[in-house]
Amino acid sequence: MAGIAQGQRRGSIIAPPSNYDGGGGQGESSNSFPISKKHLATWLLLTAVAMLFAGLSSAYIVLRGVPEWQNITMPRLVWANTLVLFASSVAIEFARASVRKNKTDGVKLWLSVSGILGLTFLVGQLAVWRQLVQAGVYLQTTLHSSFFYVLTGLHALHLAGGLIGLAVVLRKAFTNRLTADSHEPLQVWGMYWHFMDFVWIYCFLLLLLA
Amino acid sequence: MTETHSHQEGEHDHPKLGFWRKYVFSTDHKVIGIQYMVTAMAMAVIGGTLSLLMRLQLAWPDKTWPFLAKVFPLAFKGGHMAPDFYLSLVTMHGTIMVFFLFTAVLTGGFGNFLIPLQIGARDMAFPFLNALSYWIFLCSCIVIFSALLVQGGAPLGGWTAYAPLSALGEAAGPGQGTGMTLWISAIALFTASGLMGGLNYITTILTMRTKGLSMMRLPLTQWALLITAVLGLLAFPVLLAAAILLVFDRAGGTSFFIPGGIVMNNKLIEHTGGHPLLWQHLFWFFGHPEVYIVILPAMGIASDILSTFCRKPVFSYKMMVYSMLSIAVLSFVVWGHHMFVSGMSPFLGSVFTITTLLIAVPSAVKTFNWLGTVWGARIRFTAPALFSIGFVSLFVSGGLSGIFLGTSALDIQLQDTYFVVAHFHLVMAIAPLFAAYAGLYYWFPKMFGRMMSETAGKIHFWMSFIGVYCVFFPMHILGIGGQMRRIYDPMNYVFLQPQQPINVFISVSAFILASAQILFLVNFFVSIWAGKRVTENNPWEATTLEWETPCPTGHGNFGPELPVVHRWAFDYSVPGAAEDFVPQTAASVPAVKQV
Amino acid sequence: MAEGNGPGRITSSGLAFAALMAILIIVSLWLFMAQPWWFPTIASVHGVQVDSLFTIVLIVCGIAFVGTQGMLGYFVMRYGGSGKEKAGYWHDNPKAEFFLLSGTAIILVVLVFMGQRIWLKFFFSDQPKDALEVSVTAQQFQWNIHYAGADGKFGKTDLSNVSPTNQIGLDENDPAAKDDIVSTNELHFITNKPVTVHLHSKDVIHSFFLPNFRVKQDAVPGLGVTISFTPDKAGTYEIACAELCGAQHYKMKGKLVVESEEELVKWQKTLLAQ
Repeated sequence: MAGIAQGQRRGSIIAPPSNYDGGGGQGESSNSFPISKKHLATWLLLTAVAMLFAGLSSAYIVLRGVPEWQNITMPRLVWANTLVLFASSVAIEFARASVRKNKTDGVKLWLSVSGILGLTFLVGQLAVWRQLVQAGVYLQTTLHSSFFYVLTGLHALHLAGGLIGLAVVLRKAFTNRLTADSHEPLQVWGMYWHFMDFVWIYCFLLLLLA
Repeated sequence: MTETHSHQEGEHDHPKLGFWRKYVFSTDHKVIGIQYMVTAMAMAVIGGTLSLLMRLQLAWPDKTWPFLAKVFPLAFKGGHMAPDFYLSLVTMHGTIMVFFLFTAVLTGGFGNFLIPLQIGARDMAFPFLNALSYWIFLCSCIVIFSALLVQGGAPLGGWTAYAPLSALGEAAGPGQGTGMTLWISAIALFTASGLMGGLNYITTILTMRTKGLSMMRLPLTQWALLITAVLGLLAFPVLLAAAILLVFDRAGGTSFFIPGGIVMNNKLIEHTGGHPLLWQHLFWFFGHPEVYIVILPAMGIASDILSTFCRKPVFSYKMMVYSMLSIAVLSFVVWGHHMFVSGMSPFLGSVFTITTLLIAVPSAVKTFNWLGTVWGARIRFTAPALFSIGFVSLFVSGGLSGIFLGTSALDIQLQDTYFVVAHFHLVMAIAPLFAAYAGLYYWFPKMFGRMMSETAGKIHFWMSFIGVYCVFFPMHILGIGGQMRRIYDPMNYVFLQPQQPINVFISVSAFILASAQILFLVNFFVSIWAGKRVTENNPWEATTLEWETPCPTGHGNFGPELPVVHRWAFDYSVPGAAEDFVPQTAASVPAVKQV
Repeated sequence: MAEGNGPGRITSSGLAFAALMAILIIVSLWLFMAQPWWFPTIASVHGVQVDSLFTIVLIVCGIAFVGTQGMLGYFVMRYGGSGKEKAGYWHDNPKAEFFLLSGTAIILVVLVFMGQRIWLKFFFSDQPKDALEVSVTAQQFQWNIHYAGADGKFGKTDLSNVSPTNQIGLDENDPAAKDDIVSTNELHFITNKPVTVHLHSKDVIHSFFLPNFRVKQDAVPGLGVTISFTPDKAGTYEIACAELCGAQHYKMKGKLVVESEEELVKWQKTLLAQ
């Protein structure tokens, strides 16, 4: 690699003849963007996911107004699932409290709890689908049912992706690489999971208040 | 740790990479950028060939093509091009060019290559994710190409895939089966790839600028790439949402876009409740920002290159930045101008006319600023310089025809005619193409350590500049005369017959234009191995950070220490300076020529 | 390097570019002013206003076009470099920028107002009271024309009744349908009599394009759109489909005849007799 070899120019230290400051804006002395790379990337990812669900919900709102709209009754299990998902988010906060106190056992425990609750939610959603099918409510039965399957399905896919992320964080936890000073993977994964919980509540309310 | 570590001279803490890891599955942003560019060039050849076939049909609709019938027997039944084949050409040409050429080469190619270099970083924030984005992009290219090969052929609903034609599946006609499914899959993969890239670009530009490089000292290319990445993040997921709903309409029996009361084969079909306009709203909510995703990087690149070869700062850098920001914001509230005659509420039509003519203001500001850059310049006429000047002319031509279309009362007559085709080709295809060419000639030495042939480059420019005007300017007249879009045989209409000589002129020009692009491709690839070697870092005497590195730039980009920036990117012809440029890293203006 | 005080250098590249800009300007002026090919002959009342608006926008954009392309060509010709002299360093002019920006905005605002007058009049006027009413139902790949006949009432249509001989599903048992006239791909209007078109589609999106009348409206399944206008020139014209609707989209041509009321009634009688 040529490195600083030939031809690289450096500014000279000779005083310039004109009182010139170099144009453009005043530079910061060093580039210290207030958000870390991983946090920023996670926010950006959440923005994209938000736009996906925004697109779908705007379609929902538009079609809600057509005369052919027919509501379905949502199985009661959906409420229980919502609580389970909420509990999994709460578990994350316990995990974060533990990591801030360097309690590695607590971290492992609460992350595992969150994962199990998350899995339970997904299984519960599958059960909800089965209940609907048994009641004769399929994907194409009404617009409301179509949106129900599409929104819950897409949300479940994103949550499953979140579980893969959890596996990565759990590996770090179980190899004691999450400490009070350095636990960014847990923080960003937690952001993602809380956001998917919020998306669920949003979709749930949208579908409920048809 | 996924941080990139600095490469100390002589201290290689990597094991030496084999051929495959170094040149194929590389995580180096420069390799990935070149991979995007080369792949996009291949897609351009495919997309361009499709358009030449279209032009054959449009100029000579009654002719038979025995040679083509031998090569594509299903597409040329009895020697004549089949109408559904023509429409699949239209659809695939548009899809390939918009996504797989322009978005890919400008954002994927130049974005990847330039961002770390121009901000003084060693690589992107997430190099592995970056590599992944390329390979998924390549997959999407393969999937879209395969749509041309499957039974039933490629989809024929246009790149805009309006429902219910696209939602009804096989029932709606040929190409709407497997071909359409592959189309949707390719778009979904492309969206995923774009999302990964966008995350990388925004994170890198915001968090990894080197010391002294404030936002207002960034080259316009970087501002453009940053803003474009944000646009992509916000717009592409909406396309994905629409595509997901479309998939379910096609395969799941849902009725998101399919209303009741549809009769196919004399039978009412079972769908009910959907709204075809919903597809258009979702698609264009994405689609309009998409056209700015194409043009903004082109504007940034052309502005910077124009300034370099004019040896003069870009006029009103601040307003250039603010214009790009306002274009980006406004791009989300103009989408209805694609739907003036769609059956959308006329009141909404009025609203969109206002917002559309509003977005013309920042574009006009940029045009004035380009003129202000050339005024009083001292132009160095190289191939990249010519292409950046050509960009300005083409953008003006294309942009002005947009005024007609944005005026809803006029759009009634001009919508779905060749006037629209002329407009969007000039602004969205040709102007960005010229900016991309400027960029390829300009950064070629940085990529490959050699120069492209300047003579061939100049021939390429003059032939292309004349060629594109010969092809696309007369299309305005065709549209005024009423020639509709996506018509397999204009001669079917008596009122269009007098204009047919124009179609012939356009087609002949198109073939000549295409041959000039072959010249470019030969120049590009031959020069990689046989071009004149470049020994200096900064053959163009430019100010931006990438020119501090060797030609070609090595792994790790900069030497043991990252550069420190002391000024903006446009210190050309500074009064009192020894030379007509002062690099961004210069702490003070050198009064004596540097060796 | 010398400071940029002198004139620029005229180069062959600069001259060539300027020449191309001159040719571009001349050719475009010829195309748009001499109009060797132009809009289809106008045959509607509101169409005259549309054409006038086009001319105004053309003049405004034409001035902008000639101005910018001309300036670009001139600057590129005039300001070649020699490698021995710097360019000017100036790069801001807040006053000029403000003037240009507001000037552009004002011109565009005026254009918006002018365009909106025509747009709003076309879409928000009350339907003309004694208009000739036609129902046009687009399908792959033909235009189904349906007149209410002498009783002025459209017969009921039901798409579940569609058959190859009854493409709009006209209910034969409905008394109002007895005098309805149905035609395929042929539409007749009366000169100087306003017409109200009810536009439908049976399958995919089509677009009802009457080039000579400055009328274009998408026919969307599930949506009925009504438009009104007044044809004011007798003759035979073409109807085209302007929205891609399938492989035979290019064949979706119709015939439009504008004639006197007697001739229209005579034509309708021949169709009824069939």
